[in-house]
Amino acid sequence: MTELSERPDPTDTAARAALTTKPADTRRAAPARTPAQHVRSAWRRLTSMRTALQLLFLLALGAVPGSLLPQHGQQDGLVTSFMTHHTVLGPLFQRLSLFDVFAAPWFAAIYLLLFVSLIGCLMPRIRLHVKALRTPPPAPPRHFARLPRSTSWESVEAPDAVLATVRKSLRSRGWRVVEHPDGVSAERGYLRETGNLVFHVALLLLLVGVALGGLFGFKGEIIRTQDAPGWSNVPGQYDESSTGRAFRLSTMTPFTVTFQSFKAVYLPDGEPQSYDALVTYTSKPGGPVKTYDIRENHPLVIGGSILTGGTKVYLGGHGFAPHLVVKDPQGRVVKDVDQVFLPQETTNYLSEGYLKVTDGDDKKSWFALHGIFAPSIKTTKAGPTSTFPAARNPELLLNALSGDPSAASVYDVPSGMKQLLAADGSPSMGLKPGQSWKLKNGYTVTFVGVTEFANFQITDDPGKNLALVAAILIVLGLILSLRVRRRRFWVRARADTTGRTVVEAGGLARTDPEQFAEEFAALTERLQVATGRPHPNSEE
Amino acid sequence: MSHPHPALAALSDVLFRVTLGVYAAAMLAFIADLAFARRGLVRSHEQAVAVPEKRALVGAGAPVADAPSYPSVPVDVPPPSRRLSFGTAALALTAVGWLVHLVEVVSRGIGVMRMPWGNMYEFSSAICLVAVGAFLVLTAQKKVAHLGVFVMVPVVLYLGLAGTVLYAKAEPLQPVLNSYWLIIHVAAAITATGVLMVSGVVSSVHLARRRFERLVSAGLAPGFSAVTRSLPDARTLDRVEYRIIAFGFPIWTFAVMAGAIWAEAAWGHYWQWDPKETWALITWIVYAAYLHARSTPGLRKWAAHISTLAFATMIVNYYVINIFIVGKHSYAGIPH
Repeated sequence: MTELSERPDPTDTAARAALTTKPADTRRAAPARTPAQHVRSAWRRLTSMRTALQLLFLLALGAVPGSLLPQHGQQDGLVTSFMTHHTVLGPLFQRLSLFDVFAAPWFAAIYLLLFVSLIGCLMPRIRLHVKALRTPPPAPPRHFARLPRSTSWESVEAPDAVLATVRKSLRSRGWRVVEHPDGVSAERGYLRETGNLVFHVALLLLLVGVALGGLFGFKGEIIRTQDAPGWSNVPGQYDESSTGRAFRLSTMTPFTVTFQSFKAVYLPDGEPQSYDALVTYTSKPGGPVKTYDIRENHPLVIGGSILTGGTKVYLGGHGFAPHLVVKDPQGRVVKDVDQVFLPQETTNYLSEGYLKVTDGDDKKSWFALHGIFAPSIKTTKAGPTSTFPAARNPELLLNALSGDPSAASVYDVPSGMKQLLAADGSPSMGLKPGQSWKLKNGYTVTFVGVTEFANFQITDDPGKNLALVAAILIVLGLILSLRVRRRRFWVRARADTTGRTVVEAGGLARTDPEQFAEEFAALTERLQVATGRPHPNSEE
Repeated sequence: MSHPHPALAALSDVLFRVTLGVYAAAMLAFIADLAFARRGLVRSHEQAVAVPEKRALVGAGAPVADAPSYPSVPVDVPPPSRRLSFGTAALALTAVGWLVHLVEVVSRGIGVMRMPWGNMYEFSSAICLVAVGAFLVLTAQKKVAHLGVFVMVPVVLYLGLAGTVLYAKAEPLQPVLNSYWLIIHVAAAITATGVLMVSGVVSSVHLARRRFERLVSAGLAPGFSAVTRSLPDARTLDRVEYRIIAFGFPIWTFAVMAGAIWAEAAWGHYWQWDPKETWALITWIVYAAYLHARSTPGLRKWAAHISTLAFATMIVNYYVINIFIVGKHSYAGIPH
């Protein structure tokens, strides 16, 4: 955080202190130190530039395993397979939180230390900058020739008139000008340090925004089909949900959403062009029903304020839900459902699913149907595949299992179930829409048709807008601190023995001296013209 | 795959090869300029740096930075002969190649009716367009034409890889990529990568030159000095390097932010520690470390090392992460 001081300035140590905040030297050890001195020394060490840089590198280095190893929450399956394949490294990595780097205590320790170091560095700098803003630029130095840039010229006007013109000209160009008995001092470019401080404070603000999201945020996921299209925004309704540590139920927006229809458009080669999920929703119970088209990059936003942002509903994915009707041996309908089949791949949507029939008290008659669904079927030697992601030629391949299927999730059955044959003795059957399959136990399955389900993702991140504001400030602060140059400019005018006025000008810039040289030349040129007959007598 | 203007897309493919050929010729001309350094850009520069070099010798005890006035800025001395030198030819070829390149990228864009940065082939091409453009602008401003070879070698490699391994036919985009934030995010990322690519070149050259100057000022004869001798002095390289990074770093910052905004609109989370995001942050952190080190007197000597490292993380992100690591950015269109 030390200001760039490209040109050491021997003439102006006070101003230099205002422009730079060199971290105090931590290596000068006193012979016997009190605990307080130890604390102070440790604090100084933590807030030194060297430590900050070391922490920055540690942070970068610490992020590397998080990008190379599979991470919990992103690729849980890969983590499990890594653990089974690497019996030595796996548990070691697990213990080091290398599968959960970005939530690991050691990773948090690095960035928290970095931010503490940043705060320790920022506080004195803010104080100094406020002081610098209130301190007028210092009086003109005695010898202008010692400044990085200097020049002089003669004017026919009186010294006071020259200086008045100079002041006016500088002020109109945005310089901060101070009058002195025989000269003028001017300074500008305070925005450099302002931008620098804004940038660093905004980094802290970003951390706060991220933390708010982590503490109070909510994430949910829900699959909706044509026959079960609606849901309300309560955690229990979601198939999966996770909440921040300080999350409170009362902050959830009480909206309800109803899934109306899904439409996918594909190019002839199956490349997707657009996905649309049409929904109706109410923002609060009893509120007006509105319609919205949720698309990629176009989520539904409900409720919230400018500060917290609303809850967003995204279209996370889609798939096929074959409409299945199961009748018992007496012809009574025991199941009539759009059953979700999860896509096994998302190119042509070959999907797999189960339907559990637990009809009546007698568990002996319970069974499950297992199916492979292809929206555009093609049967090969290796088995059924799909050749297109839309339902052009749908087919459902079913087999049946007898036993109690209730122990596993809806997308799976417990092991140990026995194969259940069809009435004609075949083990499986391919059904087109409208076709039925009769099982040996007397039940009949009908594949009525197929619709598409939609997978909705819900996020409520109350720190999001703060993070956005912080991000904007970070970019703005950065641009200011890298583009603006802090520079000083002095002019002195006095009458010489012959009665003419000698005008001297000098200047210095902390950064980019080449560009300042150009600015200095242009500025003095303009002042020469403004203060009377130009008579350049450069000392550069 | 059909697309709106197949003729333009085909033209773009042809122009890509023309660009690569012209750039390769420019690269060879830069190499020839370096090899026959007695005439052309290098020689004219050598005369210019003679003064600072002497200063380094004299000021072995006192750092040059404490000298009361600026070291003389190298002035380009016109080549003694009016004959067409390799250096002039190299610059001319680079400029011509850049114009062809520009037409290539534009025709690709019109050919597919979208911004021409939807896959790695297109990214590579656009990044090189920015890098060569930045080099040409820099040459006009700062007389660093003799760095051309160090810019053109990676550009030709980049484009060569793009045209072979990474080549992707002109196609429309997946729905998730169909967003104006894509245009902003990727445009910023390409610009920053192209600009910082030049800084990576300058940083590594800077390190070599500094070593050369240190050896010379210690009275030693550096080996392999044919190239380092003709480079701009370390102070100039340091300034050029800083200037490029000070320009590219905010753009990179903005690219990461725009990416986060896009991610929020597309996936619901602005930051998910996707490998590509993580490496973008790593690059950002290392460049931030560079800026801090350069502005801290005691640490300034490490600045060039850090910026070289920062550029290396960018290359890792671009090639290793895009190609070998599966993440949310995997649709960058690599043929598997």
